[in-house]
Amino acid sequence: MTEQDPQGTPEVDSGRACLEMRDLSMWYGSEPALNGISMDVQAQSVTAFIGPSGCGKSSLLRCFNRMNDLIDGVKTSGSIKFYGAEINHDPIDVSELRRKIGMVFQKPNPFPKSIFDNVAFGLKMQGYRSRVEIEEQVEWALKSAALWDEVKNRLKDPALALSGGQQQRLVIARAIAIKPSVLLLDEPASSLDPISTLKIEELIHQLKNDYTIVIVTHNMQQAARVSDYTAFLHMGEIVEIGATDQIFLNPVHQQTEDYITGRYG
Amino acid sequence: METSDLSTATGASKSASRPRLKSSEQWIWLNAAAIGASLCALFGMLLLLFVKGSAHFWPADIAQIDYTNTFGESRQLYGRIIEVESVPIEQFLESGRSLQGAAGESATVERWLVKSGSRRLNPPDFRWVFSAQVNGTSYPKDLTVFQRMEWGDLYGMPLALSAPNEPEKVFPRTSSDSPALLMEKLQRRLEQVRETRRQIASLESGEVRRISVQLEEARSQLRFLNQTADSIPNNQLLTQRVQVLEVSIKKVSMQLRKLYENLDRGSVYVQLAQGSVAEIKLAELYSARQPNQMSTLSKASNFIANIGSFLTENPREANTEGGVFPAIFGTVLMVLLMSVMVAPLGVITAIYLHEYAKPGVLVSVIRIAINNLAGVPSIVFGVFGLGFFVYFLGGNIDQLFFPEKLPSPTFGTPGLLWASLTLALLTLPVVIVSTEEGLTRVPRSMREGGLALGATKAETLFSIVLPAVRPAILTGVILAIARAAGEVAPLMLVGVVKLAPALAVDSIFPYLHLDRKFMHLGFHIYDVGFQSPNIEAARPLVYATALVLVGLIVGLNLAAITLRNRLEHIYRDVET
Repeated sequence: MTEQDPQGTPEVDSGRACLEMRDLSMWYGSEPALNGISMDVQAQSVTAFIGPSGCGKSSLLRCFNRMNDLIDGVKTSGSIKFYGAEINHDPIDVSELRRKIGMVFQKPNPFPKSIFDNVAFGLKMQGYRSRVEIEEQVEWALKSAALWDEVKNRLKDPALALSGGQQQRLVIARAIAIKPSVLLLDEPASSLDPISTLKIEELIHQLKNDYTIVIVTHNMQQAARVSDYTAFLHMGEIVEIGATDQIFLNPVHQQTEDYITGRYG
Repeated sequence: METSDLSTATGASKSASRPRLKSSEQWIWLNAAAIGASLCALFGMLLLLFVKGSAHFWPADIAQIDYTNTFGESRQLYGRIIEVESVPIEQFLESGRSLQGAAGESATVERWLVKSGSRRLNPPDFRWVFSAQVNGTSYPKDLTVFQRMEWGDLYGMPLALSAPNEPEKVFPRTSSDSPALLMEKLQRRLEQVRETRRQIASLESGEVRRISVQLEEARSQLRFLNQTADSIPNNQLLTQRVQVLEVSIKKVSMQLRKLYENLDRGSVYVQLAQGSVAEIKLAELYSARQPNQMSTLSKASNFIANIGSFLTENPREANTEGGVFPAIFGTVLMVLLMSVMVAPLGVITAIYLHEYAKPGVLVSVIRIAINNLAGVPSIVFGVFGLGFFVYFLGGNIDQLFFPEKLPSPTFGTPGLLWASLTLALLTLPVVIVSTEEGLTRVPRSMREGGLALGATKAETLFSIVLPAVRPAILTGVILAIARAAGEVAPLMLVGVVKLAPALAVDSIFPYLHLDRKFMHLGFHIYDVGFQSPNIEAARPLVYATALVLVGLIVGLNLAAITLRNRLEHIYRDVET
């Protein structure tokens, strides 16, 4: 909110677009989930997807790092460009793509390893071998995720012994340790208590200087608090997209207004 | 009524129309009773094994029984009363005996099973004595149990010892020594005999064996080269080697002969029950004990020492005497090898089935086949192992790698490797099923977490999923061990023998001899119990060996469970 983007709607500002979708559709088997979505995600900003359950916002998010590939029977059409490179059609190196587009899930999912090993996992996968280098990166990631002070004396403890909020920040640290350029957050605070939620939101504020963040949330206040741009999805289509202030204060569509004022959804 | 009148059909009216279990108390009691019955059966079994088995090790008192036999002659008997039972009086009378004395009133008579030992000298070594015929029982202090290397125990009074060097011609002899002094001398000499015997055994199983194995190898190579008329220089080298080895084996044989000459050649003279005197060579005597003089404490220490030697010594006398160490060793080694083989095979199969194979008819058929494999009788696996592993695989290995030893087979005969492989096959379904269950339990979010960090599917599998599945894999291995350690039937076809000449692990290269035959506790029980020439004497050994087998399986399982619990402690929160 403090760093409100003074420029206009995202569509016109294609110079800073990080992800560009054109006519993106997706089906689970024969069930359509997304229907002709075209929008841009701006670099170094927070974009929030809001909408009722089943509107396709998580499905859309998972299109960006091809997580939908893991689900049997998913088909997509249309184009997604990541800094100008097509990522929705093979051949692409999906592992490489996922290193650049990190993801944090709804439920914290730390690996059953130590705190340190959780954060070091991605680094080791990337081929880091030097112990010192890995340690530096882990410390940096944990500091960036505002978790360092809480865990610096027990890095060898199992990650699963942390609290839910700490686990979620650990998972964020794990994601940013490999220095992605985009961070996808799929309802990152939905299973957390208010204090932990607040910490996550503060974290998002800090991270958006260095990362492009896309967040899916159910929580309207959260979207209003953390995002620069907001897209309202309904039935697999984008109903309205724009600067968060505009969407929340002055929505164009009646449907959007109904949803954000709680009359619908 | 229920459909039309739903609004009034409250819980109360329903319970009136259908009787319900009002309280769960009966149910709980039923459960408790079932658990109690199971525990009773389990502990009853263990208790039976322990009581029957430990009787063999406890140095029980030896009785001197004076009785009148069927022909009215008065007899004397030294022995251990093993069993006391009641017999109907008719049976007693029908056997042609007459009643005298106090037992006349009751409808039954007592009869004792007495182990009189002294096989070959004073047969039979087990006999029934009716208490009605017994004139008196006493426990003389000097009555001694002589454990012989052959023919089992002998009970009698020691009379004299002959000098160690010159064989005694005078017979019988009496000694001026007091019984206690005589016994002390005997024990001292026996200790020396045991020491020499130990040296002989270690020389025979060590040096002699090593050289003869090398010699045998060199000779067969030489033979093979002569047959194929190959290079001459090789031939000469081998011939030299054979000569060198022959010299060294002669040297060792001399050493051995010297040791045999050192063995005490004296004898102990023993008075048997009926007054006759027997001569036992000290070289053939294992131990001499006087249980009637022992305090309970020294009996207990003897008991423990006996158990110790049972666990650590080789069997003697067609397995009816001595220890079971080779069988314990064989069982443990076979089970460990089996685990080492079954774990990777089962895990890899499960990973393929669960992670990579596309679900379909074929995969379902394979799953059904695996589950049914667990129900195939174990002897069928034994037949398969013999036909495929031993004859086909082993035969071909011999052709390829050990042609110089043919026609005597190396791997083309039942052995440790094939037995372990057969059991690995037998227990494979258990490991596959439990690993697959473990894989199913790893939450999807864990895999997604790995993939979202840019790890490939294989990387995620090996660094995240498999570590979390380790407890499940170990559970499978535990079940496999439990099943494999108790199997006997298939092993009889693929490698277990009554008496293995050597352990499968020794100091001769390559140290672990997978081609050797081995002994197994389960087969040992069968052999001792049903194939031994002296069934009555072997009976306690059956119980004792069974107890050892149970203990071993429990021990192996506990080790695996401890390992699993340590892993589970690390991964305990995965499933939340």
